[in-house]
Amino acid sequence: MNLLTALARFLVFPGLLFAIPAAWFVLWLERKSVALLQQRIGPPFGQPFFDFVKLMGKSTPQRPGVNGIMMRAWPLIAVSASAGAVGLLPVLPLHGGFQGDLILLLALMEIPAICMIVAGFSSRSLFGEIGSAREATLLVSYNLVFLLAAVSIAVSQHSFRLESLAGAPATWWRYLGLIAILICLPAKLHVNPFSLPNAEQEIYSGPMVEYAGFELALWQLSHGLEWIAGVGLVATLAIPPSSHVWLDIAGVLGLGLILVLVISIIAAATARIAIDTTVRFYWQCTIAFAVVAISATLLMRLRS
Amino acid sequence: MKLWTRLLCACRRRSPWIFHMNSGSCNGCDIELIASLTPRYDAEQLGVLLQGSPRHADILCVTGPVTHTAAPAIQTVYQQVCGPKAVVAIGSCPASTNVFIDSRVLVGPLDKHIPVDVFVPGCPPRPDAIVRGIAAAANILAERRDSAASAESTASSATTPEEAAL
Repeated sequence: MNLLTALARFLVFPGLLFAIPAAWFVLWLERKSVALLQQRIGPPFGQPFFDFVKLMGKSTPQRPGVNGIMMRAWPLIAVSASAGAVGLLPVLPLHGGFQGDLILLLALMEIPAICMIVAGFSSRSLFGEIGSAREATLLVSYNLVFLLAAVSIAVSQHSFRLESLAGAPATWWRYLGLIAILICLPAKLHVNPFSLPNAEQEIYSGPMVEYAGFELALWQLSHGLEWIAGVGLVATLAIPPSSHVWLDIAGVLGLGLILVLVISIIAAATARIAIDTTVRFYWQCTIAFAVVAISATLLMRLRS
Repeated sequence: MKLWTRLLCACRRRSPWIFHMNSGSCNGCDIELIASLTPRYDAEQLGVLLQGSPRHADILCVTGPVTHTAAPAIQTVYQQVCGPKAVVAIGSCPASTNVFIDSRVLVGPLDKHIPVDVFVPGCPPRPDAIVRGIAAAANILAERRDSAASAESTASSATTPEEAAL
């Protein structure tokens, strides 16, 4: 991947120019589908955009010292990391990535969560600290499954290169790994039933409690981009390669849309569960998917 | 620049995030405020979101006749809301302290403590009146150019209870 394609992928497609409107669309779709399930009409189209612009025009509280600078930096780092993760998605098969870009993608997808944890602690709010502690516990609980599943997908193709993974025909074992990733996505995106860190009713939205104005707007944008990165990763790996580029892109977008709807509907239909139940859910129940996926791929590899 | 200001005003009108504060209310107005977000009234059509933190909010919705204990808390929360901001007084209590008038535990009404933009009278007001009050406050927000200075100046021309009566 030369510099020009890297820039084009980061800035145009599937990067910022495509991903920011798509992030707003996904955030709208999430709220709208919850509203429709509750027999409401819900927010008008473009509501996340209105929220973003309004937040950009609001003032922010004065925060002196290093702590203030850090608090301003965390949302910026989170947005850049998630935008970078979206830019790495192998939606366009013609301009390949590089060896090991799956590892970079996974690392970039972790950074917003880590930023959220430190942001909660640097806000020095009690609710922020509780939210950060919950987020850290959540990170440990789902990441075991998430990373095992990602490794199982990589092992099945003997490659950590996203393009060769997306270009290879999908096997049943890969779908098992993708299901494990899909189960981890609600926790990664902090939507119900795993919305513990940013619980509105209990801890006043947790690490975000002290954020206002454009910083909050950046957190919202980062959340939307995380949606695109997470759903995009599953969609690009699940859609088998076809002869036509446009067919590929349409398949990825269509499957992504369906996944967003499914996750939103699960979020609307469930209530928030406690942190110990969450950890038990991932470490005792969901891990079976990941263990079966990785052991099966390792066995297949030994056989071949 | 003018285009950005117009866009900003339009977005402020379409995205009022509210923070609910109880200053010694009997819970009647609080129930009606929550009812205005339920499927029947669905204030989210106007972009209204109930926020947990005053830092995220644009509109402070206060219920109750301000008690001694609540008065400093109201000041603190009002200062925590980032500008531009508006205040909606929900119910007759924050407007006139209602039936609790002359009580020794009260220091109300609300506009003695913070500038109020919209009064929604009623004991309790109906949810559609509350939604209309929030929409009126969102319109006031959209006309407010900058954060701190104009918040004080427009507060002097706040709607009287009679004008806002629905």
